[in-house]
Amino acid sequence: MAYQSYVLICGGTACCSGGADNLVTEFASCLEAAGLKDKVQVVKTGCLGFCEQGPIVKILPQGTFYVQVKKDDVKDIVAEHLVKGRVVQRLCYDPEQATDVVAEANIPFYQKQYRIVLRNCGVIDPEKIEDYIARDGYKAIEKVLFEMTPEQVVDEMLKSGLRGRGGAGFPTGMKWKFAQQQPKGQKYMVCNADEGDPGAYMDRSTLEGDPHSILEAMIIAGYAIGATKGFIYIRAEYPLAIHRLQVAISQATELGLLGKDILGSGFDFEIELRFGAGAFVCGEETALLQSIEGNRGMPRPRPPFPAVKGLWGRPTVINNVETLANIPVIINKGADWFSKIGTATTKGTKVFALTGKVNNSGLIEVPMGTTLREIIFDIGGGIRGGHQFKAAQTGGPSGGIIPPQFLDTPIDYESLAKIGSIMGSGGLIVMDETDCVVDIAKFYLDFTVDESCGKCAPCRIGGRKLLNYLNKISEGRGTEQDIADMRSICDAMNKASLCGLGQTASNPVRSTLQYFMDEYLEHINDKKCRSGKCSKLIRYTIDAAKCKGCTMCARKCPAGAIAGSVKVPHVIDPAKCIKCGACEATCKFGAISHG
Amino acid sequence: MSNETEKMTPDLRAFIEEWKDKPGNLIMVLHKVQQTYGYIPREIAIETSELLKVPLAKIYGVVTFYNFFKLQKAGKYIIQVCLGTACYLRGGDDLIKEFERQLGVGVNTTTSDGLFSIEAVRCLGCCGLAPVAVVNGDVHGKLEAKDVAGIIEKYRTLG
Amino acid sequence: MAKLTLDDLRKMRGERQKAMEMRDNSNKDAQVIVGMGTCGIAAGAKEVFTTLIDTLTEKGLTNVLVRQTGCMGLCHAEPTVEVVVADMPTVIYGHVDAATAKEIVEKHVIGKAIVEAKILEKPSVDIVKEK
Repeated sequence: MAYQSYVLICGGTACCSGGADNLVTEFASCLEAAGLKDKVQVVKTGCLGFCEQGPIVKILPQGTFYVQVKKDDVKDIVAEHLVKGRVVQRLCYDPEQATDVVAEANIPFYQKQYRIVLRNCGVIDPEKIEDYIARDGYKAIEKVLFEMTPEQVVDEMLKSGLRGRGGAGFPTGMKWKFAQQQPKGQKYMVCNADEGDPGAYMDRSTLEGDPHSILEAMIIAGYAIGATKGFIYIRAEYPLAIHRLQVAISQATELGLLGKDILGSGFDFEIELRFGAGAFVCGEETALLQSIEGNRGMPRPRPPFPAVKGLWGRPTVINNVETLANIPVIINKGADWFSKIGTATTKGTKVFALTGKVNNSGLIEVPMGTTLREIIFDIGGGIRGGHQFKAAQTGGPSGGIIPPQFLDTPIDYESLAKIGSIMGSGGLIVMDETDCVVDIAKFYLDFTVDESCGKCAPCRIGGRKLLNYLNKISEGRGTEQDIADMRSICDAMNKASLCGLGQTASNPVRSTLQYFMDEYLEHINDKKCRSGKCSKLIRYTIDAAKCKGCTMCARKCPAGAIAGSVKVPHVIDPAKCIKCGACEATCKFGAISHG
Repeated sequence: MSNETEKMTPDLRAFIEEWKDKPGNLIMVLHKVQQTYGYIPREIAIETSELLKVPLAKIYGVVTFYNFFKLQKAGKYIIQVCLGTACYLRGGDDLIKEFERQLGVGVNTTTSDGLFSIEAVRCLGCCGLAPVAVVNGDVHGKLEAKDVAGIIEKYRTLG
Repeated sequence: MAKLTLDDLRKMRGERQKAMEMRDNSNKDAQVIVGMGTCGIAAGAKEVFTTLIDTLTEKGLTNVLVRQTGCMGLCHAEPTVEVVVADMPTVIYGHVDAATAKEIVEKHVIGKAIVEAKILEKPSVDIVKEK
């Protein structure tokens, strides 16, 4: 016998500290008293999100969402909601929207996420074309191929305000328009699935969860610009995404949704996969095209833009996975619908891979204009292990590091640029006070130096120089002059590099210099790393009062840096110490510490 | 490294035939080569250059440009430690150091018994499980330095 | 399969939509959906998938569909499993291992009670169904 109702009590960290455990016992006893013990199941759950309003109680099947529930509120929920079927208005997040009758909550107004790109991810079986078709799949191509001219399709894109999600935010409709206006002949449509940012996996998840949406979007783009051939350039490191794309392409071809004369419309379009081979620079358009052509992925100056001269010299449009996933929805629901979501300059949603020191890491999609605070604290459930928020990093190696004072900035292309970062492809990495900004800047520079193609000097030499300065500072050998030098290298790289990689590679350094100068100065002047990440700056010391002279540490030390005799407090010679931490781990008396 | 000469397999030859006339085929063919042998053997590169009519120098240029292609045979078990940002923040570099210490070899080198090689890779896309190491496709997540010995032991017993 | 015409495609969509609705609402059917993106598989989704099938076979339940889907986005809680049982609210479980998979079949599918502690919230409204 199924239960009549279910009471879900959030058992996330935040809610538990707010007293969720008491609620479980309180519900049990109130239900017992009301004679509902066998009709209602009380369940503790994982984090339901919306942590700042905790403790949270959700009643199923109605889906009523109660916030800040106290022990005293429980008897009212039982008496009113579970017995009489009336919503307890004062406990709803937004009493305005709560109706008097218990009804299915169709609009979970408390939810921060809105999924356009990820609409089918986690819903359909990605290896079944029928599942995609049932959820309005390939409906947009019906409209496009039979009811719209290519010009109308481009106009619809322009009207929607969709901008490229690969990083720079160029209007998609404009790109299409340039390619459309080129003289007729062979043109190409390319999907950029070379997601190379460390810490970003939005595109991979989309391809794995909903491959057909990308194929459908490419058909639409092909029709709009007059291309009959498409390429998906995908990282070889994504075997599952490649497999699912291959399955999807063969299913679509079999049903005649790809190939000659699609659905009898007279339009031909075919798609071929091309594998990347692990070069970050190939995310840059002109380098990507070189790679498809089978060459080393070196960028070239623009103009001419790929829309004029692209693959094998022919007009080519390159859109990234997330951009494309929006397109069937825009066609189905209309540009007006789409352009109502987001901010004045940036329409629609953004998918982020939320990772780092956050409780609920995950793949999330929010309307543009959502703040970092909402993302990190409401959706992400706050910082792990009760630590402090220190900074957020967007845009990967090309992005900047955002300090706490900008947590309430609504996210769009312009506002992120204003605070020294970029939207990028969607990595969002959260850092706490145990992370060192110099170390983080070093991590990103190390990456870009490794990935620089070496064609132009500002990026090749500038990146290396910056990394040398950062190493010097993190080892305690830095000077204040180094900071001034780094600033001018950053400017030179930004202005003189050939492609986006070089132009943005200095962003992690610029933004940390801007917002965390005090930490750089600490490394330089006080030879101190407050988070203990820069190992050369760590100093191990023995507290003479606690040391029993057991000699354990001296015997463990691989560098012979500890001196002392039995039952006499020992001393560490900092000149010999290699900061391995073996002594601290060995000491049974807690006499050794580092700072 | 290896002194044995690799022979071109019929499967690879057929693949090259199929792709021969497609523009931009070189990288796809090299993927197939690496999939077949685990690296790009010199003798196969020479044969490929003749079949595709592409200079060997260009093949060398492409192979060395892309991180994915290897010129040397890797160990039987390839330990890939993720150094994506999420893994780095949660201790990925400590993992690499521990693997290096326990196996006595550095990144991109193979142990003398030919069993293990270590690679540092950029984001395997399992950030929720950070830090992550992948051994021949098996993902090991939420690792700490103390887990390293167990992982090595597991594959060593498999031989 | 033969190539589709426009009408075929529309017909196919209509039929599949009905089939999906039936699957959600019909009195006999239950569905267990396992998130199988790279992340889920890395966290053990394949083992969960086989345990679900094995347990259902063991119990002689033939009217339950076990199927895969992509990433639900709840990376911190992988592997994730969604359970749709007639007359019960649909719920998502996180951190599912073989033991929980067994529990899901025994307690949720058969016993019609929700399994403790592992429920998560669906991250967003469904825009395809939204009018």
